[in-house]
Amino acid sequence: MIEVEHLTKYYGPNAALRDVTFNVEQGEILGFLGPNGAGKTTTMRIITGYLPPSSGTARVAGFDVAEKSLDARRHLGYLPEMVPLYTDLTTYEYLDFRGRLCGLHHGRERKARIYEVMDQLNLGDVSNRLIGQLSRGYRQRVGLAQALIHNPDALILDEPTVGLDPVQITEVRNLIKELGKNHTIILSTHLLPEVSMVCDRVVIINRGRLVALDTPLHLMQSGAQSQTVRVEVAGRPTSILETLRGVPAVEKAVVLQQAVTGDGVAPEGAAVSFASESSLPEGSYQYQVEGKVGSEIRPELAAAVIGAGYELLEMRSVRLSLEDIFLRVIAQGAEEDEDELADEFGGEDTLDEDLEPEAEVVRPRMRTRPTPTEAASTPQTVRVAGRRVRR
Amino acid sequence: MREALYIAGKELRSYFVSPVAYVIVAFWLVATGFFFYASISLGQQATLRDVFGVVIILLLLIAPALTMRLLSEESRTGTLELLLTAPVKDWAVVLGKFLGAFVLYAAMMLLTIAYPLLLVLYKGNPDWGPIWSGYLGLLLVGMLFLSVGLFASALTSNMMVSAVIAFVLLLLLFVISQLSQNVGPGLGDFLTKISVGQRFDPFQRGVVDLRDIVFFVSVSALVLFLTVQVVEARRYRA
Repeated sequence: MIEVEHLTKYYGPNAALRDVTFNVEQGEILGFLGPNGAGKTTTMRIITGYLPPSSGTARVAGFDVAEKSLDARRHLGYLPEMVPLYTDLTTYEYLDFRGRLCGLHHGRERKARIYEVMDQLNLGDVSNRLIGQLSRGYRQRVGLAQALIHNPDALILDEPTVGLDPVQITEVRNLIKELGKNHTIILSTHLLPEVSMVCDRVVIINRGRLVALDTPLHLMQSGAQSQTVRVEVAGRPTSILETLRGVPAVEKAVVLQQAVTGDGVAPEGAAVSFASESSLPEGSYQYQVEGKVGSEIRPELAAAVIGAGYELLEMRSVRLSLEDIFLRVIAQGAEEDEDELADEFGGEDTLDEDLEPEAEVVRPRMRTRPTPTEAASTPQTVRVAGRRVRR
Repeated sequence: MREALYIAGKELRSYFVSPVAYVIVAFWLVATGFFFYASISLGQQATLRDVFGVVIILLLLIAPALTMRLLSEESRTGTLELLLTAPVKDWAVVLGKFLGAFVLYAAMMLLTIAYPLLLVLYKGNPDWGPIWSGYLGLLLVGMLFLSVGLFASALTSNMMVSAVIAFVLLLLLFVISQLSQNVGPGLGDFLTKISVGQRFDPFQRGVVDLRDIVFFVSVSALVLFLTVQVVEARRYRA
């Protein structure tokens, strides 16, 4: 439905996009991830025909956005990042205007369609209010309504949940999932849970480069090459750690200090920090154990703990979240940029071979694990570590 | 073309949602009314000729006021992005904006028909020829001024800047004939030919020359064409 091929965009001498290639199939929801300034909005603007690419092509429903721009635009609905709307029109007037522009020339059909879309987005209450007086949530929905008004095949949504409260975010996400049944959607965001919840596939771009393209599940699996296990054991921390580290397949073991609520249960996603081992009194603690690449450590771990006479209270495997993957891929991209820079100085043109495989499935390479202190100082890692993922 | 009319309609509605249009129209009526009164009471003649002469100066202010926010506001608030990604050609956007402003301007002209009617009412027995031709001339001048204003509005995302640019451009167009006396015969002739004041003068006297009409229409079209180019160039800058 949407085909993007070797898209490159320069702003003056600066490359905002470099050779980005991906496809979005009919009925697919594609998540577009990347840090701010990575080129998400630029890509979307090129697909919508707002910006011309420096080189490369983009096609919507088979129409080249540069050459058959109007045809391509007829098949597209677009919600720009800041949801720019005419504040001096009412919701109905605005949708009427957009409907006319997007080719709904027949009065009665247009009216019916406007009411249909307003119904779908719960805009009935504000149909006669000026858009300038509407709250952020309503404006967002008016923005979505105008993107939908001509029932396009494809929707381009640039950060559709920014600035909404949690209830509205859930609403919009459900709505997008609902829309995904009949529409092809590209959705940009920097909220990672959104991607795993809503999207069929994910594109990660960084500094104008496509660095990963896969399903959220595959991305998470490919990142988790080594197994991380959380165990809770009662006893003296120093000797328990010794036991854990004594298991052959274990790469690393640390003790976790967890924030505990009144009833003694750590809340979901609670802040966790790595405690210093020696200062802890006897008691039950959680330990995070990381296995060597490609090995299953749980049976050995359980045997070792019980064999040493400690009580094994809990054991579970910790899955890497998309957030970890994202940070890794981004960091890796940055490293590659430096590599490439070095290559360029060396006079070698490694650009093509460098990029070709990335256009397909990119398996993020493992970075060295952060040391406990590093991890403790990175809020993301800590929060992720605190999430309970039971098997 | 249909899209241009939709955009024109939306612009007209927007004019009257904000107080801008009311202020401009009120100012217009007060100013023209005063000039009419002054001209009639001083000249004691049932003619609008002097009024037309002053009104064209008034237009130097009115036209930028009408056009200043047409495109600049859209680019400031970002709505231009949605407008330019709708299945609408760039020229239709520009033409629509122009038509919106022009229809309002024509309506303002229509309101001033009250003045010649007053002359009739008080048995002034005016000569209608120069009045109609004067009105035609004002519509043509307005057309040119509004396209220049729209052009200025496409240049910037700040409407005050756009108003000032428009005013300066219009002033140049207007006084260019004064310049012509100092630059020698060849260029001087050319400057006189493109001077709005010189071109408008025959209309005031009741002379409708096709060449003048063609001048105003073609220069306006040229300016609108340039405006489309500026809007397209914005895509490359954005």
